[in-house]
Parts: sequence; C-alpha cells; structure tokens
Amino acid sequence: MSPLWMVRRIGFYVLVAVVMAFFAVPMLWLASAPFDSRPGLGLRWPDWTLDNVTATFDHPYALTSLVNSLVLCVIATVVTTVLAALAAYALSRVRIPGRDLLLYLLLLLSSVVTGTAAMVPIFVMMLQLGLINSQFGTALVIAGGMLPAAIFILKDFMDAVPRSYEESARVFGASPRQVLAHVVLPVARPGVATIFVWAFVNAWGNFLLPFLLLRDVGAQPAAVLLRTLYDEGGSANLTVIPVFSLLYSIPVVVLYLFVNRRYGFRFHGGIKS
Amino acid sequence: MDSAGLGVRRAAAFVAPALLLIGVFLVFPALWTLYIGITNYQLTGPAAANPRVVGLDNVLNAVRDPLFTNSVWLTALFVLGSAVIGQNVLGFGLAWLLRTVRPSLRRTVEGLVLLSWILPGTVVAYLWFAVLSRDTGTLGMLLGSPQTAWLVQYPMTSLIVFNVWRGTAFSMLLYTSALAAVPPSQLETARLAGASGWQTVRDVVFPHIRGHVLTNTLLISLWTANDFTPFLLTAGGPNHQSEVLPVLIYRQALESGQLGYASAMSLLLLLGNLVIALVYLRLLRRRA
Repeated sequence: MSPLWMVRRIGFYVLVAVVMAFFAVPMLWLASAPFDSRPGLGLRWPDWTLDNVTATFDHPYALTSLVNSLVLCVIATVVTTVLAALAAYALSRVRIPGRDLLLYLLLLLSSVVTGTAAMVPIFVMMLQLGLINSQFGTALVIAGGMLPAAIFILKDFMDAVPRSYEESARVFGASPRQVLAHVVLPVARPGVATIFVWAFVNAWGNFLLPFLLLRDVGAQPAAVLLRTLYDEGGSANLTVIPVFSLLYSIPVVVLYLFVNRRYGFRFHGGIKS
Repeated sequence: MDSAGLGVRRAAAFVAPALLLIGVFLVFPALWTLYIGITNYQLTGPAAANPRVVGLDNVLNAVRDPLFTNSVWLTALFVLGSAVIGQNVLGFGLAWLLRTVRPSLRRTVEGLVLLSWILPGTVVAYLWFAVLSRDTGTLGMLLGSPQTAWLVQYPMTSLIVFNVWRGTAFSMLLYTSALAAVPPSQLETARLAGASGWQTVRDVVFPHIRGHVLTNTLLISLWTANDFTPFLLTAGGPNHQSEVLPVLIYRQALESGQLGYASAMSLLLLLGNLVIALVYLRLLRRRA
C-alpha cells in the first residue's frame, strides 16, 4: 500500500469514471426528455408529464411506422438467418475449391457495398423493377447486404459442431434434412441466435436503404419517420421525437438484455486473424 | 469429408438461395456502378431517358472537382481519427483495463459501451444533438460555454468524437476475446521481470494479437469510410466542411440528380476501399 500504488489506483478509477461518463451522458437525454413538459435538445431535470406520450400516440404515422419497422425487420432477419444457416452448413461440410477466398471476398464486398457505394445502382434497379415503396423488396435488399457477414460468422459455428454426431444420425438412417434440423441446428443454436439478433439490430436501425427505397410515408419504418420529424416544417417536432426515440429503442435494448443474460456478449471465434 | 451425406448437388441447393440474393443485391449493383459511372445518366431531364456513354469523363471531372478532393481529405481524416486511432486505442484500452476490475463494474462499463453501439442511428443522432446543440446542449453546459454551436463551429471534430462513441464497442469486444488468448504465464513473467504496463503491451501482448489488430483495423476502417451517419448529424454542412464521401455521393445523386457523376465517385470510393483492403491483406500475409 505504498503512496505510489494509491495514486495509480485513484488515477485508474478516475479514468474509468471519465470513460463511463463519456458513454453514459449522451444517453441520459433518452431518460429525461420524453417525460419533460418542455422537452428540448439538451439535458435538464424534467418537469414530469406524460403529455408527450399521448401526443406521440396521436401522431398519424408514429405507430404505423413502428409496425412497418417490425415487418421490414422480421422479413429481412428471417431471410438472412435461414439462408445463411443453410449456406453456412453446406459450405462447412462440403469442400468447394476457393471456398475461403470466396467468403472473404464477399465479406469485404458487403462491408464496402452495403453502405453508400452502391446506392445509385440499387435505387435505379429498384426503380426499374417497380419495387420503390415495396417493403418486401427493401427487406430483400437489406438481407442481401447482411448475408455475407452472416454466413462468414455462422460457418465458424457450424465448423465447431462435431461430425461424429451427424455420422451417428446417418447410421440410424436420418436424411440430410433431418440431420440438419434435429442434430446440427440444436447444437449450433447459440450461433444461429447470435446471427438472428445481429441481423435484427442491423435491420432495425437501417436508415439509408429505407430512406432511399421507401418514398411513401405510409410505408416508411421508424428510422425514416424519426428523421422526417426533424426536417419537416424546418423545425424539430420536440414533443414527439423524444418519446418516439424511446419507443423505437426499446426492442433493441430488450434483445440486448436477453442475449447478454442468455449467452453473454462475446465473440465466440467468429472473427479471427 | 462429407459426413452429413449432403452430396454436392444438395450442398449447392443449400448455398444457391443465399448466393442468389447476394448476387442480385450486392454483386450486380457493384458491377452496375462501373457502368453508370461512365454515362451521363441523370435522375430527371433528357439524360434520364437516353443516357450517353461519356467514358472516363466523370472520373476525370471528379478528380478535378474541389468538392470531391475536399471530401476525400475529410473521409481520410474521419477514418484515421475516429477508427484507426480513436476506436482502436479506446477499444484496446477498455479491453486491457477491464481485465482486472471487479465483474460488476466491468459489466456496467461494457453494457454502456455496447448500448451506444446497438441503439438505432437516427436515435443516436438526436442524443448527440442534445449533447452538442447551442444554448441548451449538455457539453456547452458542462464547459460553461453555451454559446458554442459545436456541430457548426467544429463539425469534423464533433463527427470524430461521435464516431468513437458510436463504434468503440466492436474493437472492445474483439480485443477482449483476443486478450483471452494471451498466455497468462507470459504476462506473469513480464510482471515478475518488472515490466511496466506499456512494455508488457508492446513486447508480450502485441505479438500475440497482431493479426487481431490488423483485422479489426481493416473492418472498422471500411465501415467508417462507408458510414452514412454523418449525414444525420451535419448533412455535410456547414458549407461542405463535414461532407465525407458517402454524404457527397448521396447529395450528388439524389439532391442534384447527377446519377452518372455520383456513380463515378462511388467507383472511386470502391477502389479506395479495395486499396485499403489489399494493404491490410499484405500486412497480414507478411506476418505469416
């Protein structure tokens, strides 16, 4: 317990406190502004009221857009998880020449293209296919962007499933489909759950693609509506924005808590050097 | 090898739907960017109906366009400041420091960092308006200078700090799992030999996680270079001072309607990404 040790210990905890404040302070707004009678873009102790909540529920598009988000997100997430699981399983079990290189290239491509580099062709393609304002079409575009990373991560989980399980199942006459459904998937469930949650959080927060492809306010998800609330009429609609932000954040926070409790937020292999 | 009895045909059937979606919505648009980029395609007007091939004119114009070069510098600054330095250093620092603290504190800090990562981008933009806005903003209040409009006066610095806040979680998670792979006996030896924290990191830890550092830096660089969230915070303003490439491309394509010209810029962004990726792959290979 030398003085030097004490100083270093105190310095250490000050550092941790500063980092915590850096991450926590911006989030406090989400707790105060929704329940403040005069919500603003700033932090203050709220003058408690629930009027903003009523106003948000009365907003013509608020609830519709949350339902739209849910539709978009469920389609994109289910498509991504199912197709990625099938592909990852096959790629894990059958040796195809150049498989790893192909996967790596697709991963690079997806981290590059999904953002903004391909927004012009995606917009033009959907325009010519008549899929502007189609939620299903937009969901498929989102899924296409998430698939390479999903396959990449899931393949690692599938590689970890012992092959002897499948061999035993086959000895007892199980078909490949049965092996997948009753042997591999249950064992790889943490991986599939990870991908499901990852895809859901990504699709739920996706702003650019719905913003580009869904121009009709009745079809827009919460991400786009929240942005419109800021721009329309030149000034921000601060009665609705805070409550709506909170409502819109709840699903990902709940999912995060669930995953954290169930599996712990860790990288299991997945990304290695 | 084929313990599941899949057979090549069934395996192909399993892979095909995923490859189809990737092909249609990822590979095809990427290739099409190449084509649109050499035409004078526009959103409206005569060139919308009959785009004409103009060859490399778009690319040459872009390289000479002060808005484009400005944007390239801002993007480089954004990637270097917020990803390569900011997220990397803070993410590693958190992973390193949190090894030794008690689990409850560790979980709280990690939880906050992760939350800032998973909240939807549009919500996060409002959170930061509340921090950085003039008159009522939290930062101005804390520093006692409420007159400062941070997003207007210091747009790039604001974006960099914002992106460190937003993206550090990934690096923290990756380095946490990487540090778990460093043999404890070597750390113990370093401690007994009286090595300082910095010496331990440099001589014992770093050689073990070099591959992780490269992979992490590659991914966060690519994500940051293609990130559209700056649009939500500053929309490129004031006066193009924070117009990173994704924002510039969006504004050229959909606000000015210059689809061909914007595609040529996309093409250059893709090439830039490819160059970054190749440099990292080279570094990675040299290790092996």
